Amino acid sequence: MSDAHGHGDKPFLAHHFEDEDHQFDSGKLGIWAFLVTEILFFSGLFCAYVIYRAMHPEVFTFASNALDTQMGAINTGVLIFSSLTAAWAVRNAQLGQKTGLIVNLSITILCAFGFMGIKYLEYSHKFDKGLFPGDKYEAKEGAYGDESKGNANTVAFTSPDEEESAEEAEPGVAFSNGDSAEAALAEEDGEELAPWNDPNVPEATKRKLKIFFGIYFCMTGLHGIHVLIGILVLGWLLTRAIRGHFTPTYYGPIDFAALYWHLVDLIWIYLFPLLYLIN
Amino acid sequence: MTQVDIPVESPVRPVQHLDKNFINHSKGFLSWALTLDHKRIGLMYLAGISLSFFLGGLFALAIRLELFSPGMQFMDAETYNQVFTLHGAVMVFLFIIPGIPAALGNVVLPLMLGAKDVAFPRLNLCSYYLWLSGAAFFIWTLFSNGLDTGWTFYTPYSTSYTDTSVIQATAGVFMLGFSSIFTGLNFLVTIHKMRPPGMTWHKLPLFLWGMYGTAIMQLLATPVLGITLLLLIMETTLGIGIFDPQKGGDPVLYQHFFWFYSHPAVYIMILPAMAVVSEIIAAFSRKHIFGYRMIAYSSVSIALLSFLVWGHHMFVSSESTLATLIFSAITFTIAIPSAIKVFNWLATLYKGSVALDTPMLYALGFMWLFTIGGLTGLFLAVLSTDVVLHDTYFVVAHFHYVMVGGTLFAFLGGLHYWWPKMTGKMYSETSGRIAAVTAFIGFNLAFFPQFIMGSRGMPRRYADYTADFELYHRLSTTGTLILGVGLALLAYTLLRSLFGGKKAPANPWGSATIEWECPSPPPHHNFDHPPLATDPYDMERVEWDEEVQGYVPAVGHRPTAH
Repeated sequence: MSDAHGHGDKPFLAHHFEDEDHQFDSGKLGIWAFLVTEILFFSGLFCAYVIYRAMHPEVFTFASNALDTQMGAINTGVLIFSSLTAAWAVRNAQLGQKTGLIVNLSITILCAFGFMGIKYLEYSHKFDKGLFPGDKYEAKEGAYGDESKGNANTVAFTSPDEEESAEEAEPGVAFSNGDSAEAALAEEDGEELAPWNDPNVPEATKRKLKIFFGIYFCMTGLHGIHVLIGILVLGWLLTRAIRGHFTPTYYGPIDFAALYWHLVDLIWIYLFPLLYLIN
Repeated sequence: MTQVDIPVESPVRPVQHLDKNFINHSKGFLSWALTLDHKRIGLMYLAGISLSFFLGGLFALAIRLELFSPGMQFMDAETYNQVFTLHGAVMVFLFIIPGIPAALGNVVLPLMLGAKDVAFPRLNLCSYYLWLSGAAFFIWTLFSNGLDTGWTFYTPYSTSYTDTSVIQATAGVFMLGFSSIFTGLNFLVTIHKMRPPGMTWHKLPLFLWGMYGTAIMQLLATPVLGITLLLLIMETTLGIGIFDPQKGGDPVLYQHFFWFYSHPAVYIMILPAMAVVSEIIAAFSRKHIFGYRMIAYSSVSIALLSFLVWGHHMFVSSESTLATLIFSAITFTIAIPSAIKVFNWLATLYKGSVALDTPMLYALGFMWLFTIGGLTGLFLAVLSTDVVLHDTYFVVAHFHYVMVGGTLFAFLGGLHYWWPKMTGKMYSETSGRIAAVTAFIGFNLAFFPQFIMGSRGMPRRYADYTADFELYHRLSTTGTLILGVGLALLAYTLLRSLFGGKKAPANPWGSATIEWECPSPPPHHNFDHPPLATDPYDMERVEWDEEVQGYVPAVGHRPTAH
């Protein structure tokens, strides 16, 4: 095509750059600028998280019990390890080690698939328990952990401003004292029904539990989409690496994709404690 | 500052035209549809946004004709809601925001840098197709249920009550947002990395300073709009509760998120306009721009301040008193860099040899209209008056003075200014000037009465009104028709030049920026060698040449340090 952007002996040097360094520097600035927009893209969600957690701290501490910390921790490890292999791949590319590059890119991609697999298991567990985002939300028995064992974590469903009145009130009427809609779960009292299926709990309170899952699914879902995009990008780079496109003077795309991958990793490193480790 | 030597003698006139230029160097639909050439992408943008402007203009005309008399004329209230919503949404998202950066900027920015292309040509094409997809979603909206939320998509109405095509429209805006981000990213990197030898930051043409400020805002603000609209879509489809109080959300949070983007977006619209006007004023005053650094820095400070004032859209939306006070105060400070620009343009005109060519008429019109629009903005920044004026036609008039009188006029000025460079054709100066003056008169007649009726209590967005306001509405509608005539004449002038216009010289106006050094229209690769950059406003650098009917480098001129 007449728009061909090659330099002859340097097939990947676009015509409008002076040399490889010029091209690399421009790409580097570009990817950093793009990562800034990514952070701002997620910032809306983090902002929503902060606001709703500040408004309903008890909802967040309580609902977070439904998340599987173990799986989340494994996923954190998987992603951090994949960041290591991504960085290693960049080093391989810089040194012209084709095999190492292919191996490290492949491991990174495998880790990404592993992450998505675990995420799939987590999501299906949530859906099995009726913990859907939005209107379909219908929490089933045991959705927030095993109460029969008297799990101390579930005590937390007490609104700070209503704490006193809840303590004073008789067990069982704590949920029905007016439309103020704040509920307390006195875990010590085995007779108590959990708030998500207690008919005495006002609808407004149940709705608040939904907010947590709305935010949980939005944040992890958007993050998951970024992992998927990462898989596509890294997969494309893997095919290019196999074809031997990358050299010590031309490794920009590997570097930029790795930077993107580190950001995806970093966002998860924030999501994990914010969502899973609230207690 | 170092002196740059250019050859004392330049006996050979620079090439004015080339047989092979970027328009005709390759043929066929695909050579345009898959082009990576910034100039062709710019022209495709220009065609797209001009059509969007035409569409938005038809909606505007429908609104004004409906409001010609009290009572309902030819549409019902629901239709009216849809028409004003689509007018706003099409004009804002499809026309004004991409207008100057994507259409004019794409053509001009790399040329001004003496570069062969923007830093990421593929991303540039991707950004164009994102724009096109966004536009297609708007067309889909039009042919499905329409849209009646107002261009701001305020929740909970947009998520839970309206049955119009909010999802299509917001998905469209989401894509347009990413189109805008990618354009900004491209320009930011291009300005950073692709400047020619000799072009230090303080020799950067002011157009590029403006585009730089715009790029910062596009990069930092637009993603927030993206996530907001994504959440809105999730709320509409899945019912998660972020913005709808029925679902446990907070509608004011939506307004915060939305205006965190949309206030910077106001400056995404106006900064490029100021950037164009800085070029035009200097070129047609035949004089070095006054206060170069002040204009440049004010662009960046507007870009930064724009992130701190979003709350002034929510003075009456249950914002705390303290927050309103702070936002009001910061809103006042943003008037300072804006005023700095206006004063510097005035000082540039002073003792310049002002030529009232068509671009200059638009630039002067811009100065008047933007000043009126900017000063009436201060009325709205004052908390007490805003309570009275909020949601009245005063607000409508204010932002039309800024967006139409400001951005549209600058866009048209820039279009005329760079038209010879983009197309290689000169338009008829006489009919260009008549169109400019007609549009100026029509615009003022259309919108000045709206200040008066707004201050007397005419609410915005109403489909009907009492007889008290009839005179103002009639004046406004008449003005709209005159504005329409002016714009039609403008379109005729430019389109006619394509077929019957004289060949344009390389530098018809006597500007000293680099884009005028390559032939009109430029060849595919713009410049064979990166030109040496000197002071972009050293107007003595070029002189009139009778033979080419344009300006050529002045013989024996040595640039002075500025």
